[in-house]
Amino acid sequence: MAEKFETPVLGDPTERPMPVLIPGATADLKSYVAAPAHNEALGFPAQLVEDWKPKAIGLMGDLLSRYRSLQVFMDICVKCGACTDKCHYFIGTGDPKNMPVARQDLFRSIYRRYFTPAGKLVPGLVGAKELTRETLDEWFNYFHQCSQCRRCSVFCPYGIDTAEVSMAAREMLDQLGYGQKYCNEIIGKVHKIGNNLGLPPAALADTIEGLEEDIEAETGCAVKLPIDVEGAEVLLVTPSADFFAEPHVLGLIGYAKVFHQAGISWTLSTKASEAGNFGMFIGNYAQMKKIATRIHEAARELKVKRIVFGECGHAWRVAYSFLNTLVGPWDFLDPRYPVPQHILEVTNGLIANGGIKLDRSGNDNMVLAFHDSCNVARGARMGDRPGGQFVIPREVIKASVPKLVEMCPDTTHEKTFCCGGGGGLLTDELLEIRVKGAKPRMEALKQVVDSQGVTHMASLCAICKAQFTKILPYYGYDREMVVSVHQLVSNAIIMGNND
Amino acid sequence: MAYTVGGKTVEADEEGYLVNINEWNEELAALIAKDENVNMSPEHWEVVNFLREYYAEYQIAPAVRVLTKAIGKKMGPEKGSNKYLYELFPYGPAKQACKIAGLPKPTGCV
Repeated sequence: MAEKFETPVLGDPTERPMPVLIPGATADLKSYVAAPAHNEALGFPAQLVEDWKPKAIGLMGDLLSRYRSLQVFMDICVKCGACTDKCHYFIGTGDPKNMPVARQDLFRSIYRRYFTPAGKLVPGLVGAKELTRETLDEWFNYFHQCSQCRRCSVFCPYGIDTAEVSMAAREMLDQLGYGQKYCNEIIGKVHKIGNNLGLPPAALADTIEGLEEDIEAETGCAVKLPIDVEGAEVLLVTPSADFFAEPHVLGLIGYAKVFHQAGISWTLSTKASEAGNFGMFIGNYAQMKKIATRIHEAARELKVKRIVFGECGHAWRVAYSFLNTLVGPWDFLDPRYPVPQHILEVTNGLIANGGIKLDRSGNDNMVLAFHDSCNVARGARMGDRPGGQFVIPREVIKASVPKLVEMCPDTTHEKTFCCGGGGGLLTDELLEIRVKGAKPRMEALKQVVDSQGVTHMASLCAICKAQFTKILPYYGYDREMVVSVHQLVSNAIIMGNND
Repeated sequence: MAYTVGGKTVEADEEGYLVNINEWNEELAALIAKDENVNMSPEHWEVVNFLREYYAEYQIAPAVRVLTKAIGKKMGPEKGSNKYLYELFPYGPAKQACKIAGLPKPTGCV
C-alpha cells in the first residue's frame, strides 16, 4: 500500500509555530460508515433515517437538557482563541476545522440556529446555520477527527471540553443511523463475544496457556494467568489487546509476575475480558453502562474482593470517574482498597512496602521517556493525592529502569498530547491523520532522543501502544521503541524466593 | 469492493477483507497479496496456512506471540520473531496476513 500523504517534518517542541492554514486539508479523510448490521446490534437505526432533520434537532434538544455542561459549552465560548493551536490534529494537518473552537462551532452553529432567539431571528449575524445533509457529512468527518483527548480544555479559560461536544455529535449521528464502523463494530463484539478483539473463550485460554509456558521457560517460575477462578482476591480487567498485540502482551506478563511475587490470588474473566469501554467514545450512556455491567457481574460471580484495571487509558477514565455511577454500588468488595484500583497503584504500593523487589539492570542500556496518556492524565487520577496519575507511573518506571528523562513540559502531565489514535480513531482508513496527529509527540520524543539518548518510550494505554507501534516508523523510529510500563517491571522484577 | 478470480466475483469489505471466508482459495490469496504488494514466497504461505488452521479451530486469528512461536517451530527459531513477520508482511503481520488469508480484520486497540 503506497502512502498518499507526507509525514510531517519535525521541529523544535519548545518553539512550535502556529501551523500554516490549509483549509479543507482533511475534508476528505473519512472514517468508514457503520454497516446496518453494526448499527442494529447496538439498537441504532440501520442507516440514515429519512426524517433525519427533525429527529436531529429533537436529539440535540434532549442532549442539551440532559447535559448541563453541553448547554454551558454552547453558550460560553467568547472566541478568545486560546484553544486554536492546542489540538494535535490541527498542528499536524493545518486544517482550520481541526481547531477546537472550529470543531465546536460545527455543533454550535446548529445549536444557535434552533435553540437561541438571536439565531432564529438573525442567523447570519450570530454564526447560526441551517442543518443540512452536508452538515451531517461534515460532522461525521470532523467529529471523527477529534480523539476526545481534552487537551484544548486545559487551555480554555472557561474549561470548554471539546470531547463532550464530539461525544454529543457522535451520539446524535448514531441515533440518526450514521455511525462509525470502527467503534460500532467493536462494541458489537463486546456484546457478542466479550471483548473488543472478538477473542472467544477457547482462544483466550489457548493464548494464556502459551504465555504461562513462555514465562516459565524464561524465569523458571510457574507463574499462572488464572481465568474464571471463583474466590480469587483480585479480578483483573484489562484491554483484550493485552492478549493479542505487542508490546501489550509484555505488560500483561508483567502484571502476572507482580501478582505471583506478591502472593496475591487473582483471576481474569472471560465475561469481562475487556477493560475498554467504547461506549464513551460514541457518547452513549446506555452502551457505556451495558459494557460496564459485565465487569460488575463478573466480580459478583467470581466473588472477588478487589477489582484492578490493567494498562488502558480510556478504560481507566470510565473506571475511575464513572464506574460507581454506572454500575455501583460496589459494597460487596473489600473497603480497604480503592474501587477500582489501577495495576500501577498495586505495583507502586508493592515496591514501596517491599512486596516485590526490582533490579534495574533488567533494563540495562535503556533510557526511558514516559508518554502520559490523555485519558489518564486529564480524565482520572491515581493514588490518594492530586497528580498521582503523573507521579505513580513515573515512580514505577524509575524503580525499574536505569534512567527516566522528561520530555518538553508543554507535552507532558496535564498538557500531554494524544498519541494521535485515541477516541475511536485507531483505524487504518484514518492512518493519515493518525500519523499527522502524532507530530507534537514525535517532536518531543525526537528532542530527548537527540539530546539525552532516549531509547524507549513507555505508555500505559493499549491505544497509545498500538498507535505508536504503527506510526513510529513513519518518523524513522523502530516500532519496538514503545513499551508497556509493566514490560519494564517484568524485565526488572526479581523472581523466586526474595526473602 | 470485490475480487474477480477464476471468472467468479468474491465480495470484500471497504478495505479488501473477504465478507465470506469460505470463498477463499489460493488463487484469490495470490490476488489479494498482489494488491498489497506482497510477493508470496513459501514462507508467506506457511504463515497464511497457519492463520487459516488456527482460525478454523478458534474463530479468531492467533495473537502475534502465538503466531511468532508457531512460525519459529515450523521454520526455525531465527524466523520466530515479530521482526521477521514484518519483513514478510510490511503493513503488519496481524492485519495484512489476515487479509491475504481471507480472515476478518483483528479489531480493537491493536
